[in-house]
Amino acid sequence: MTALLFCLLACYTAGILLPPCLPGRPKAQNVLANGLAIAASLFGVLLGLAGLLAAAPLTASISSTLPFLTFAVRIDPLAAFFVLTISLAGLAVSIYALGYLTEFYGRSSIGLMGALYNGFLLSMTLVVIADNGFFFLIVWELMSLVSYFLVVTEHEKSEVRYAGLFYLIMTHVGTAFIILTFLIFFQEAGSFSFAAFRHLEQPLPEGLRTLAFLAALVGFGTKAGIVPLHVWLPYAHPAAPSHVSALMSGVMIKTAIYALLRVYFDFLGGQFPWWWGFTILAVGAVSALLGVMYALMEHDLKSLLAFSSVENIGIILLGIGAGMTFQAYGLKEFAALGLLAGLYHTINHALFKALLFLGAGSLLYATHTRNMEEYGGLLRRMPWTGFCFLVGSVSVAALPPINGFVSEWLVFQSLFLGFHLPVVLLNLILPIAAAMLALTGVLALACFAKAFGLSFLALPRSAHARHAEEIPVAMRLGMGGLAAACVFLGLAPMVVVPLLDRVTEPLAGVSIEGRVLALDGWALAPTNVEFSSISTPAIAVMLGALAGLGLLLAWAFGGRLRKRAYKTWGCGINLTPRMEYTATGFVQPIKRIFSTLYQPTIKLETEFLEESHYFAKHRRFEFHIEPVFQKYLYDPVVLFFSAVADRLRIVQAGSLHLYLAYIFVTLVVLLLVAV
Amino acid sequence: MLQSLALVVAQVILFLVVSPFIVGVIRKVKARLQCRRGASLFQPYADLAKLFRKQPVVSTTTSWIFTATPYILFASTLAAGLLVPAFASQMPLNFAGNIIALVYLLALGTFFLILVGLDAGSAFGGMGSSREAIVASLTEPAMIMSIFAIALTAGSTNLSTIVHKTALLEGIVTDPSPHLMALAALFIVALAETGRVPVDNPATHLELTMIHEAMVLEYSGRYLALVEWAAGMKLLVFLTLIANVFAPWGIATSLTPAAIGIGLAVYLVKVSGLAVLIGVIESMFAKLRLFRVSEFLGVAFILALLALVFFYILRG
Repeated sequence: MTALLFCLLACYTAGILLPPCLPGRPKAQNVLANGLAIAASLFGVLLGLAGLLAAAPLTASISSTLPFLTFAVRIDPLAAFFVLTISLAGLAVSIYALGYLTEFYGRSSIGLMGALYNGFLLSMTLVVIADNGFFFLIVWELMSLVSYFLVVTEHEKSEVRYAGLFYLIMTHVGTAFIILTFLIFFQEAGSFSFAAFRHLEQPLPEGLRTLAFLAALVGFGTKAGIVPLHVWLPYAHPAAPSHVSALMSGVMIKTAIYALLRVYFDFLGGQFPWWWGFTILAVGAVSALLGVMYALMEHDLKSLLAFSSVENIGIILLGIGAGMTFQAYGLKEFAALGLLAGLYHTINHALFKALLFLGAGSLLYATHTRNMEEYGGLLRRMPWTGFCFLVGSVSVAALPPINGFVSEWLVFQSLFLGFHLPVVLLNLILPIAAAMLALTGVLALACFAKAFGLSFLALPRSAHARHAEEIPVAMRLGMGGLAAACVFLGLAPMVVVPLLDRVTEPLAGVSIEGRVLALDGWALAPTNVEFSSISTPAIAVMLGALAGLGLLLAWAFGGRLRKRAYKTWGCGINLTPRMEYTATGFVQPIKRIFSTLYQPTIKLETEFLEESHYFAKHRRFEFHIEPVFQKYLYDPVVLFFSAVADRLRIVQAGSLHLYLAYIFVTLVVLLLVAV
Repeated sequence: MLQSLALVVAQVILFLVVSPFIVGVIRKVKARLQCRRGASLFQPYADLAKLFRKQPVVSTTTSWIFTATPYILFASTLAAGLLVPAFASQMPLNFAGNIIALVYLLALGTFFLILVGLDAGSAFGGMGSSREAIVASLTEPAMIMSIFAIALTAGSTNLSTIVHKTALLEGIVTDPSPHLMALAALFIVALAETGRVPVDNPATHLELTMIHEAMVLEYSGRYLALVEWAAGMKLLVFLTLIANVFAPWGIATSLTPAAIGIGLAVYLVKVSGLAVLIGVIESMFAKLRLFRVSEFLGVAFILALLALVFFYILRG
């Protein structure tokens, strides 16, 4: 394992240092940077698997000259699982990037992008294996900064710069809360080492524990994109190059989930009052529902996917929140089930969201636009991309028999088990959360039916879409690999559950592998077969066999198939793309029914002909959705700080002498205080 | 093993054979209430047979999704049917999926139907897809809640277990009020999910009102036959669910020939009775405006929520 870790670090470091050494040769830089990233992620996959299967956690550390800082790493099953997730997504995305980066030749520095890309993967890996608070904060900050630089790759566009700035501010607000969390532990432990956090000499007082809980939720929640701290996410994730978006949305936000689990279950020892779990559940349910509802209204494909990440973080938190609630009442097996469901969804989301973002990248590559209203008919022109995107859509919509379904089903089950809790309020709240999850699930179905249907089906809506070409082989390989992984994770829960069980066992204190798998692993049956069970392999076989039966019946009753091709009936005139349903039209009923949430403003200006008021000369239609959170939550804060900054301008006169005077006065005051 | 296989095959045949009959019953009841004689009860079989023999016309605008969907829809609906006990309470495929799997299997069909509505490029299809999306999103929470209320009383989410336990009157609480509320909620959900009045009208092809029919407007020939057959089976899945979850008595709890015979007969009577009820409802009520549907389905959700609250209050 140590050797694997060393190889991984060496490859990433080489990937950072070497590509910029070949200036002016973008092709070589591309191959070098992504080749090294591929090698490193392969080592990462092996390291993750080894870490999951190892009997004892791997630890290593190098001391430093700075006080409290040691470069300590520790790979326990929890860290190993996240290394595996990061590396799996990283592997596919790096293969894809080999093809995708050709788009940037001559526009951006490939060497720099490649170095940053490797740095991004490296910092994410280090975040999950760091075993020292100080070290963790450094790599966390590194991850934020590197991703910021990647977000502003296309900095010549003003909206990209805005997105980058927004991201930078939000992520640092988050970091402030994370530092607060660690300081709470530090002042008890006297050291930044995680081992000291874990085994405090005397337990934290109740007030400080609560503060640590809340500070961690806000700090890491900002990175995860929980509502209402999600506002930066739909700007920043789409602004980055698509392969980076895939990693940011698929993987980076998961490091926050890792950190939350680390703090709550490891440092705080899994001892909670009931309302912690309840808070996480509430945050999860609200994030899931609002995330998907805003996703539905987006017509920019990448923004839609970014909002969908908010939704999926919500689903993950629903599982974890249920686990924490059970943990509070000592129902350890159910707690483990909730965590397992959350973690299963974590890896699933990493894969299918990366797949979908790569799909969006392919569409961008082929059509040079992100606006769904300009796509259409692309399944005929780009069959590979279309098929992979369909697999991703089916997965994110949690449809059987592939992976999104399995994890969402497990989350449902852990919520249903709420009737074992001894409090009537919670008995009712868990099923209501399940109902919200049901609404989320079916809205996600609508959202991705829209995304796939309007992008890939019917007639092309623009010249871009009419002339789109299928993407290069490397990009297809990356997407195909992820699609295959999605199907595998859905059909093979018997492989995934034992691995996840190794992660949840130390957290919840009980192994549930035997209680979750039934029939030699061919079925999942949380608690017992009598209560509930599914078997995705059986469902897949059923679907296949019955579709075959359909074919057989059609042949038996109708003989050989002789199709006739004819144009779609357009009420007597030829069908044009303008007659097709638009993305805006598709979601109109949903917008109207949930108008309380969306608060849409619709402006319709019509200029009539002078001769008659029955004929319009021009029509202008505008429609906006109120960004509620930004308007009522963020704008006041921004205004406040701008006002304060305005006042403070007096001290910033810009004169060098004045600044020297400040320094002198400060020095004198400090000396006086010291004396 | 052989017995299990036989049961599965029997259930497949049962669903294939009975579903057109149920559609015929509803049409007949509606015709009689409108003082018409109406077509024969077996007319839907003839319709299907005719559609299978017709040459399908496929739009040049469409992709492979269009031709694959009828088979996906057929398979997913029939698979959902295999998870519901019909004439025998203990289905061999019980392990393959519980009631949530059933909901999501039906959703798989809905997803592909929505895609098909968009595929041909005509505005009608898009309109149907858009409406189907909103109706589906409003029904699902109510469905999950009512299912959960039922699952609580039976202590299981597996359909066979629920039906078997209820049929043998094991562990059933004496007060049936949560059950009845959940029943009402599920009935409303069934009307909405299967596209019946007052949510949708299967007999209309008027562009302003149709939902399901709009999505499948471009289908013809064998594809239309499969889609129609699947729609009939979806209806039968819901009727079976309602009949056997709330009143499973008469179902074969053991696998003796006599019990199975009685089970089959009772099952046919139950689903036919429910079909008559749907026919009556379709004749008595007008279709709701699309934007009133949310209130109608809201009622279902509240009923299911109340069922849950009552369960806990009664449990004390």
